[in-house]
Amino acid sequence: MAGYILKRLISAIPVLLGISIIVFVIMALIPGDPATAILGSYATPENVERLNRDLGLDKGMVQRYFIWLGNMLTGDFGRSFALNRPVIDEVLERFNATLVLAGTSFILCSLVGVAAGVVSASRQYGLADKAITFVVLLGISIPSFFLGMMMILIFAVNLRMFPVSGMWPIYGDRDLAALISHLTLPALALAVVATGVIARLARSAMLEVLRQDFIRTARAKGVHERSVIWRHALRAAMVSIIPVLGIQAGFVLSGAVYIEIVFQWPGVGRMLVDAILKRDILLVQGGVVFVAACYVMFNIAVDVAQTLLDPRIRS
Amino acid sequence: MSIALRLTELTKTFEVGKRLIGPPKGRVRAVQPVTLDVTEGETLGIVGESGCGKSTLARMLVGLLPPSSGTIEIDGAPLDNADPAIFGRKIQYVFQDTISSLNPRKTIRQIMEAPLRHLHKMDAAARKARISEIFEAVNLREEFLDRYPHEFSGGQAQRIGIARALAADARILVLDEPVSALDVSIQAQVLNLLARLKAEFGLTYLFISHDLAVVEAVSDRVAVLYFGAVVEVGPADRVFSAPRHPYTKLLADSAPVVGRALAAPEGRETELPDPMNPPEGCAFRARCPNATAVCATAAPPLERQSDGVQVACYNPL
Amino acid sequence: MRAFFALLARNRLALVGLIVMGCVMILALITPILPLADPDVTDTSQRFQRPFTEGALLGTDHLGRDLLSRLLWGTRLSLAVGIAAAVIAATLGAAIGIVAGFYGGRTDNVIMRGVDMLMAFPYILLALAIVAALGPGLMNALIAVAAVNIPFFARNIRGVTVGIANKEFVDAARLSGMGDLRIILTEILPNVIPVIVIAMSTTVGWMILETAGLSFLGLGSQPPKADLGSMLGEARSALITNPHTSVVPGVMILIIVMAVNLLGDGVREALDPRLRSGALTRPMAATLVRRKGPVPEASDDALLALRGLETQFHVKSRIYRAVGGVDLQVRPGECLGLIGESGSGKSVTALSIMGLVASPPGVITGGAVHYKGRDLIGARYEDLRRLRGNEIAYIFQDPLATLHPLYSVGDQLAEAITCHHNVSKAEARARAVNLLKSVRIPNAEDRANSYPHELSGGMRQRVGIAMALANDPEVIIADEPTTALDVTVQAQILSLLDDLRRERGLAIVFITHDFGVVAQLCDRVAVMYAGRIVEEGPTDAILNAPAHPYAARLMACVPELGEGRRELAAIPGLPPAVNDLPDGCAFAPRCDKAQPACRTGEIALARSSDVRRVRCIDPEPIPEEAAG
Repeated sequence: MAGYILKRLISAIPVLLGISIIVFVIMALIPGDPATAILGSYATPENVERLNRDLGLDKGMVQRYFIWLGNMLTGDFGRSFALNRPVIDEVLERFNATLVLAGTSFILCSLVGVAAGVVSASRQYGLADKAITFVVLLGISIPSFFLGMMMILIFAVNLRMFPVSGMWPIYGDRDLAALISHLTLPALALAVVATGVIARLARSAMLEVLRQDFIRTARAKGVHERSVIWRHALRAAMVSIIPVLGIQAGFVLSGAVYIEIVFQWPGVGRMLVDAILKRDILLVQGGVVFVAACYVMFNIAVDVAQTLLDPRIRS
Repeated sequence: MSIALRLTELTKTFEVGKRLIGPPKGRVRAVQPVTLDVTEGETLGIVGESGCGKSTLARMLVGLLPPSSGTIEIDGAPLDNADPAIFGRKIQYVFQDTISSLNPRKTIRQIMEAPLRHLHKMDAAARKARISEIFEAVNLREEFLDRYPHEFSGGQAQRIGIARALAADARILVLDEPVSALDVSIQAQVLNLLARLKAEFGLTYLFISHDLAVVEAVSDRVAVLYFGAVVEVGPADRVFSAPRHPYTKLLADSAPVVGRALAAPEGRETELPDPMNPPEGCAFRARCPNATAVCATAAPPLERQSDGVQVACYNPL
Repeated sequence: MRAFFALLARNRLALVGLIVMGCVMILALITPILPLADPDVTDTSQRFQRPFTEGALLGTDHLGRDLLSRLLWGTRLSLAVGIAAAVIAATLGAAIGIVAGFYGGRTDNVIMRGVDMLMAFPYILLALAIVAALGPGLMNALIAVAAVNIPFFARNIRGVTVGIANKEFVDAARLSGMGDLRIILTEILPNVIPVIVIAMSTTVGWMILETAGLSFLGLGSQPPKADLGSMLGEARSALITNPHTSVVPGVMILIIVMAVNLLGDGVREALDPRLRSGALTRPMAATLVRRKGPVPEASDDALLALRGLETQFHVKSRIYRAVGGVDLQVRPGECLGLIGESGSGKSVTALSIMGLVASPPGVITGGAVHYKGRDLIGARYEDLRRLRGNEIAYIFQDPLATLHPLYSVGDQLAEAITCHHNVSKAEARARAVNLLKSVRIPNAEDRANSYPHELSGGMRQRVGIAMALANDPEVIIADEPTTALDVTVQAQILSLLDDLRRERGLAIVFITHDFGVVAQLCDRVAVMYAGRIVEEGPTDAILNAPAHPYAARLMACVPELGEGRRELAAIPGLPPAVNDLPDGCAFAPRCDKAQPACRTGEIALARSSDVRRVRCIDPEPIPEEAAG
């Protein structure tokens, strides 16, 4: 197993390089003179000079890429001009907040989504199935940012059950209780769409598996129906659910951008949008590469989980 | 009688675990060097169990798979570039899975017209006449032409497959398990049709099957394949009744026959060797009751015995 | 095409989606000619008017612009951008996917590595990076959304293309002299298009959401022009004081996306052959029983007795009578062969005994199955479960599909024991290893840890047999257990089964289509045709002198080894479809002895000798020695 993980980690290297190349090429698409385009209103002479040094603009594309790559490998992602601090510091700080939000949401949507899908499939065409199907349809059709706004209106403004926005209270302790009360609404709003997608997939994966011959074998053995569903069928269905969980993690991370804006959550998504609007390109570039790299690592974990589950991949 | 089809040292090796750069992780010899002659007008049966390379061999014969080495000659002319369009006019293929071999989104007419249009560049009138002629020959009604494949039963679909192969006007047909997907009552209909067509059009058949009884019933000669190699070739009426190779005997003894008592024909309950890691010497020796030390040294060559039967065995029965 | 719309219309929810979507589309199309206020004219004196005020049906926004007008213009923009993004992504993605899937090899490898690279980004990062480089704007947002979705389409379509490119009809096209380009256009593409349409219809909603999202972030449409997303974005600052400015565009997005999704589901259901045939329905724990008429009594001392068993498949309005009144009995220690061609109902009969026919669509509509005098058909689920695998066990055909792929064979055997007996894990494990030994699997201890895919076909079927033996059942029902195996392996398995049944005194119901197998293994045989038993009796007697014309002619069709080259007998015509059975004898249309009386009324399964029964009014004569 350790060997497999190592192999997967090594195979991630070309993917990470690919990501850095894609980001680099996209950023090279910026029209006009890069220094002024990037700096815009921050273009003081010393800023221009520093940027020229950072980007190595006097050198060719390929050389510039390797300089940038080498800097990143030593932890130097450049400096944010809007915030006047190193990009990596800002990204790490913001990524923590995003991780709390997206992580909670992801766990929530995985558990609820899979459970809803299993229940829905095992009672196909029953009342529970119809109810779940309808809620799921609603979930995948509502824009998460609109849902977040409505939740603020109802639960924060009208019912005053939760704070309106932010991650911590402005005054008072930064304890777990405070975090949970701030986290509840955004995490829920963020989880809804992914829950819907996962529930849908889990339902169809379960239906697919339940028709398989080995389920009939389990029944012919006299296995309890409960165990047929939750042991035999779910385990087999997980083979097709787990990769989707990996993809959905990307969607949760993506959705976090909207939720962070709506709930003023101090995460990396909000940072990126602000940076784009302020044309703080180095911050965008560093943030995108960093988050994408983390996502690649997460997907390796998903692959490893898949391999643990399915002996057919192992051999 | 002239040689319609001659295979010389034909082999196929598959690469397993291909990578983007660098050599593959392993190679599997699906077909060991095979040398065979098929006389014009005969039916050569090819039998073997799953994994013996019979389908790989068939696909090479019609140009769907380029051989790794060796040559294929049809009517004395070598065909060395695996181009189905060149093969198609000389040798055609009838598929096992009748439903999967007909495009579900085309009418039977479109399917039938393809070989006429692309191989023979016929115009519309000539195509229509030719299709009528073929449909007449295979006992299909012309009203079927405007229907789609899913509207047909397995037996009818197989007739359509045969009709398509005939349309190419090739002299040699490779029949790859043409009746194994069919029920026995339908199987007999198709086999009898094939026999009639052969006489009517002077065809040469390579009849591939895992069913010994069927092969025996339709073939002039039979070649037995084991682990990618021909182990015995002989006249159909004696291959199974007087087998010379121990594997042929095992096959013949295993076939369930009415009136024969049930007995496990094999003491050692072993199965096929691992193709990724083939054994030294004769591939059958681990299962063979007559194996001797010489069997482990090298694979036995296919040699003609005094009675004309070819056997690849150091200790033929 | 008409059939497609008919199917679509049958799905009521999809119809709702279609109607809503149609209305929205029409509104969006005629917006320019509607008598609306200019959506971009600001009038700060009229800001934040509530809905239903004079002159502003939906109120006004923070700059006093008419919300209704902005809503319709915004809808127009959102729809156009979302649909355009979907079309672009689907076209490019499909093209890439088809090329990769069709050519395979290195082309495929390089393309898919690139696609994987793009999919390694959480999609919005890529979209944000593209917008950051190109600058905010609706056109750039469209490009970004289309670009990030191309990999999804490419991967999806590639998978489908690989499946189609491996189909034999593509080989056939090559043999017909067609080149690659022609094959892609005429063989591959027509089969891929439904998948592209399905993928598009299920992602259009998502694309609309994504473009709206980018606009919401201020990265899409720029003021004063607004799509639904930017309307919502602009309204956000006034969310608490004037929620209607947020609710109006938000609800509109919800309605559009929901309608699109409903419609998309409908399209998928209408186009996907598996969904269309109702294949994605879950079989219930036990077959549905809806018996009409009286339940037959247990009559004799047989261990297992089927009385007038009727099992049907109800698919939409059609009724398939797969089993149409079957009577059979099995005595202790006896091996009964049930033989027939595909579609004769032999497997359904076997599965009906323990309620294992997939339901829906299967329904047991009549008769009884008496096991030791108790009727299994009406039994409670829990009673049935206690008998399954414990007293009546099954062996199925394809042992790769019938064993769970993710559990070791030892675990699967142990489970068969623990679900009927309260034994410890270690005890169950030890018994499992013993079972593997009893079916002559070498190195049983090691093999218990193997997974099914690591075993050969013959070994897997031995595991299947071991599983059936786990609880020392009285009856084993073997449904074509050797059909998927090679002859040499089949011989091993048959002789194993024969030994086991003699050692353990098992009763076996052996389902097969092979007379040779029946002859070697079975004491008695029943021949099925079109859902009914046409002849039954001792194996030797029936094989030597079949009385039913069908049985006789079927046996004549079977080539037997050792008879040399010959013309084979055939039965003309096809078996009848079981949803359209003829009156009288089902074999009459193919029978050369048929007379008018064969085509009317019910023909009984009558005694033809002490131990033989035949369902024919003019059976073949039975010689004295074959009377049984």
